[in-house]
Amino acid sequence: MIDYALAFAFGCFAIGLLLNLYRLAKGPTVADRVLALDTMVINGIAVLILYGIAKGTTVYFEAALLFAMVGFISTVAYCRFILRGDIIE
Amino acid sequence: MDLFLELLVAGLIVFGGVFGLVGSYGLAKLPDLMTRLHGPTKATTLGVGSVLVASAVFILKHQGSFSVHELLIAIFLLLTAPITANFIAKSFLHRQVDPETDLPPTGTECGWASFDVPPDSDDDEPSSLTIPRRNQR
Repeated sequence: MIDYALAFAFGCFAIGLLLNLYRLAKGPTVADRVLALDTMVINGIAVLILYGIAKGTTVYFEAALLFAMVGFISTVAYCRFILRGDIIE
Repeated sequence: MDLFLELLVAGLIVFGGVFGLVGSYGLAKLPDLMTRLHGPTKATTLGVGSVLVASAVFILKHQGSFSVHELLIAIFLLLTAPITANFIAKSFLHRQVDPETDLPPTGTECGWASFDVPPDSDDDEPSSLTIPRRNQR
Protein backbone atom coordinates (compact mmCIF):
# COMPACT_ATOMS: atom_id res chain seq x y z
CA MET A 1 0.00 0.00 0.00
CA ILE A 2 2.88 2.35 0.80
CA ASP A 3 4.25 1.65 -2.71
CA TYR A 4 1.09 2.99 -4.35
CA ALA A 5 1.05 6.03 -2.07
CA LEU A 6 4.73 6.65 -2.90
CA ALA A 7 4.04 6.42 -6.65
CA PHE A 8 1.16 8.91 -6.29
CA ALA A 9 3.28 11.35 -4.23
CA PHE A 10 6.23 11.06 -6.64
CA GLY A 11 3.85 11.94 -9.48
CA CYS A 12 2.43 14.90 -7.57
CA PHE A 13 5.82 16.35 -6.74
CA ALA A 14 7.07 15.74 -10.29
CA ILE A 15 4.12 17.69 -11.73
CA GLY A 16 4.79 20.35 -9.08
CA LEU A 17 8.42 20.62 -10.19
CA LEU A 18 7.29 21.02 -13.81
CA LEU A 19 4.85 23.80 -12.77
CA ASN A 20 7.71 25.50 -10.88
CA LEU A 21 9.89 25.21 -13.98
CA TYR A 22 7.10 26.88 -15.99
CA ARG A 23 6.99 29.77 -13.50
CA LEU A 24 10.81 29.97 -13.51
CA ALA A 25 10.87 30.28 -17.31
CA LYS A 26 7.91 32.67 -17.58
CA GLY A 27 8.76 35.13 -14.83
CA PRO A 28 7.68 37.91 -15.29
CA THR A 29 9.68 39.58 -12.48
CA VAL A 30 12.97 38.55 -10.89
CA ALA A 31 11.22 37.94 -7.55
CA ASP A 32 8.94 35.40 -9.29
CA ARG A 33 11.97 33.46 -10.48
CA VAL A 34 13.52 33.49 -7.00
CA LEU A 35 10.23 32.24 -5.53
CA ALA A 36 10.05 29.50 -8.19
CA LEU A 37 13.60 28.36 -7.34
CA ASP A 38 12.77 28.36 -3.61
CA THR A 39 9.68 26.21 -4.24
CA MET A 40 11.75 23.87 -6.43
CA VAL A 41 14.12 23.36 -3.48
CA ILE A 42 11.12 22.56 -1.22
CA ASN A 43 9.78 20.01 -3.73
CA GLY A 44 13.28 18.56 -4.16
CA ILE A 45 13.51 18.00 -0.38
CA ALA A 46 10.16 16.21 -0.45
CA VAL A 47 11.29 13.98 -3.35
CA LEU A 48 14.53 13.14 -1.50
CA ILE A 49 12.64 12.13 1.65
CA LEU A 50 10.15 10.05 -0.36
CA TYR A 51 13.08 8.31 -2.06
CA GLY A 52 14.50 7.57 1.39
CA ILE A 53 11.17 5.98 2.38
CA ALA A 54 11.10 3.96 -0.86
CA LYS A 55 14.62 2.62 -0.27
CA GLY A 56 14.08 2.15 3.48
CA THR A 57 17.27 3.96 4.48
CA THR A 58 18.10 7.11 6.44
CA VAL A 59 21.04 8.05 4.19
CA TYR A 60 19.04 10.63 2.26
CA PHE A 61 18.15 12.75 5.31
CA GLU A 62 21.61 14.32 5.36
CA ALA A 63 21.21 15.22 1.70
CA ALA A 64 17.76 16.69 2.39
CA LEU A 65 19.08 18.74 5.32
CA LEU A 66 22.00 20.07 3.26
CA PHE A 67 19.61 20.84 0.39
CA ALA A 68 17.33 22.81 2.75
CA MET A 69 20.27 24.85 4.10
CA VAL A 70 21.76 25.60 0.68
CA GLY A 71 18.32 26.53 -0.67
CA PHE A 72 17.67 28.97 2.18
CA ILE A 73 21.11 30.59 1.91
CA SER A 74 20.87 30.96 -1.86
CA THR A 75 17.37 32.48 -1.70
CA VAL A 76 18.45 35.02 0.91
CA ALA A 77 21.64 35.81 -1.04
CA TYR A 78 19.69 36.30 -4.27
CA CYS A 79 17.11 38.60 -2.63
CA ARG A 80 19.87 40.57 -0.91
CA PHE A 81 21.62 40.95 -4.25
CA ILE A 82 18.39 42.23 -5.84
CA LEU A 83 17.80 44.65 -2.96
CA ARG A 84 21.28 46.02 -2.38
CA GLY A 85 23.35 45.06 -5.43
CA ASP A 86 25.73 43.29 -3.06
CA ILE A 87 25.56 40.22 -0.81
CA ILE A 88 28.04 41.00 1.98
CA GLU A 89 28.66 44.68 2.59
CA MET B 1 -1.31 -2.56 14.57
CA ASP B 2 1.00 -3.08 11.62
CA LEU B 3 -1.82 -2.43 9.16
CA PHE B 4 -2.77 0.69 11.09
CA LEU B 5 0.79 2.08 10.86
CA GLU B 6 0.95 1.28 7.17
CA LEU B 7 -2.39 3.04 6.58
CA LEU B 8 -1.14 6.05 8.56
CA VAL B 9 2.10 6.29 6.55
CA ALA B 10 0.31 5.88 3.20
CA GLY B 11 -2.32 8.46 4.15
CA LEU B 12 0.30 10.98 5.24
CA ILE B 13 2.28 10.47 2.02
CA VAL B 14 -0.83 10.99 -0.16
CA PHE B 15 -1.81 14.07 1.91
CA GLY B 16 1.68 15.53 1.47
CA GLY B 17 1.70 14.82 -2.25
CA VAL B 18 -1.68 16.51 -2.74
CA PHE B 19 -0.57 19.63 -0.85
CA GLY B 20 2.75 19.76 -2.68
CA LEU B 21 0.87 19.73 -5.97
CA VAL B 22 -1.60 22.36 -4.70
CA GLY B 23 1.25 24.67 -3.67
CA SER B 24 3.05 24.41 -6.99
CA TYR B 25 -0.22 24.79 -8.92
CA GLY B 26 -0.93 27.95 -6.95
CA LEU B 27 2.54 29.25 -7.83
CA ALA B 28 1.85 28.71 -11.52
CA LYS B 29 -1.78 29.87 -11.54
CA LEU B 30 -2.16 32.91 -9.27
CA PRO B 31 -2.07 36.35 -10.93
CA ASP B 32 0.74 38.36 -9.27
CA LEU B 33 3.68 37.87 -6.94
CA MET B 34 2.04 38.91 -3.67
CA THR B 35 -0.67 36.27 -4.19
CA ARG B 36 1.84 33.78 -5.59
CA LEU B 37 3.78 33.93 -2.32
CA HIS B 38 0.73 32.33 -0.70
CA GLY B 39 0.82 29.08 -2.69
CA PRO B 40 4.22 27.56 -1.82
CA THR B 41 3.64 28.05 1.93
CA LYS B 42 1.14 25.18 1.70
CA ALA B 43 3.77 23.01 0.00
CA THR B 44 6.30 23.89 2.73
CA THR B 45 4.23 23.42 5.87
CA LEU B 46 1.57 20.83 5.04
CA GLY B 47 3.22 19.06 2.08
CA VAL B 48 6.80 18.55 3.26
CA GLY B 49 5.64 18.50 6.90
CA SER B 50 3.36 15.50 6.47
CA VAL B 51 5.94 13.72 4.27
CA LEU B 52 8.45 14.19 7.11
CA VAL B 53 6.00 12.83 9.70
CA ALA B 54 5.31 9.84 7.41
CA SER B 55 9.06 9.26 7.09
CA ALA B 56 9.53 9.44 10.87
CA VAL B 57 6.75 6.89 11.48
CA PHE B 58 8.06 4.64 8.70
CA ILE B 59 11.66 4.65 9.96
CA LEU B 60 10.41 4.07 13.52
CA LYS B 61 8.51 0.99 12.32
CA HIS B 62 11.16 -0.20 9.83
CA GLN B 63 14.33 0.18 11.88
CA GLY B 64 12.93 0.39 15.40
CA SER B 65 14.83 3.58 16.23
CA PHE B 66 13.72 7.18 16.23
CA SER B 67 15.78 9.50 14.01
CA VAL B 68 15.98 13.21 14.76
CA HIS B 69 16.81 14.19 11.17
CA GLU B 70 13.16 14.65 10.18
CA LEU B 71 12.65 16.87 13.20
CA LEU B 72 15.72 18.93 12.26
CA ILE B 73 14.56 19.36 8.65
CA ALA B 74 11.02 20.29 9.77
CA ILE B 75 12.25 22.85 12.33
CA PHE B 76 14.69 24.32 9.80
CA LEU B 77 12.00 24.64 7.10
CA LEU B 78 9.47 26.16 9.51
CA LEU B 79 12.06 28.66 10.78
CA THR B 80 13.31 29.74 7.36
CA ALA B 81 10.01 29.92 5.40
CA PRO B 82 8.90 33.32 6.85
CA ILE B 83 12.38 34.80 6.33
CA THR B 84 12.54 33.85 2.65
CA ALA B 85 8.93 35.02 2.10
CA ASN B 86 9.75 38.37 3.72
CA PHE B 87 12.90 38.77 1.63
CA ILE B 88 11.12 37.92 -1.64
CA ALA B 89 8.23 40.29 -0.87
CA LYS B 90 10.67 43.07 0.05
CA SER B 91 12.69 42.66 -3.13
CA PHE B 92 9.44 42.70 -5.14
CA LEU B 93 8.30 45.88 -3.35
CA HIS B 94 11.57 47.69 -4.01
CA ARG B 95 11.81 46.63 -7.63
CA GLN B 96 8.22 46.84 -8.86
CA VAL B 97 6.14 49.05 -6.53
CA ASP B 98 6.33 52.83 -6.55
CA PRO B 99 5.50 54.05 -3.01
CA GLU B 100 4.30 57.42 -4.33
CA THR B 101 1.62 56.11 -6.70
CA ASP B 102 0.96 52.39 -6.05
CA LEU B 103 0.44 52.49 -2.27
CA PRO B 104 -2.39 54.28 -0.43
CA PRO B 105 -1.43 57.07 2.01
CA THR B 106 -0.61 55.87 5.51
CA GLY B 107 -2.48 58.71 7.26
CA THR B 108 0.56 59.66 9.32
CA GLU B 109 3.59 61.76 8.51
CA CYS B 110 5.71 58.61 8.25
CA GLY B 111 5.55 56.63 5.03
CA TRP B 112 5.20 52.89 4.54
CA ALA B 113 7.66 50.65 6.35
CA SER B 114 10.77 49.64 4.38
CA PHE B 115 10.33 52.73 2.16
CA ASP B 116 10.64 55.40 4.84
CA VAL B 117 12.75 55.88 7.95
CA PRO B 118 10.60 55.54 11.11
CA PRO B 119 10.13 58.92 12.86
CA ASP B 120 11.70 58.03 16.23
CA SER B 121 14.81 56.39 14.80
CA ASP B 122 18.24 57.64 15.82
CA ASP B 123 20.34 59.43 13.26
CA ASP B 124 23.41 57.32 14.01
CA GLU B 125 21.58 54.15 13.00
CA PRO B 126 23.73 52.06 10.64
CA SER B 127 22.83 52.77 7.06
CA SER B 128 22.52 49.10 6.15
CA LEU B 129 19.32 48.82 8.21
CA THR B 130 17.40 51.41 6.21
CA ILE B 131 17.10 50.76 2.54
CA PRO B 132 17.26 53.93 0.42
CA ARG B 133 14.16 54.91 -1.52
CA ARG B 134 14.10 53.77 -5.08
CA ASN B 135 12.55 56.76 -6.78
CA GLN B 136 14.03 59.86 -5.22
CA ARG B 137 13.05 62.72 -7.46
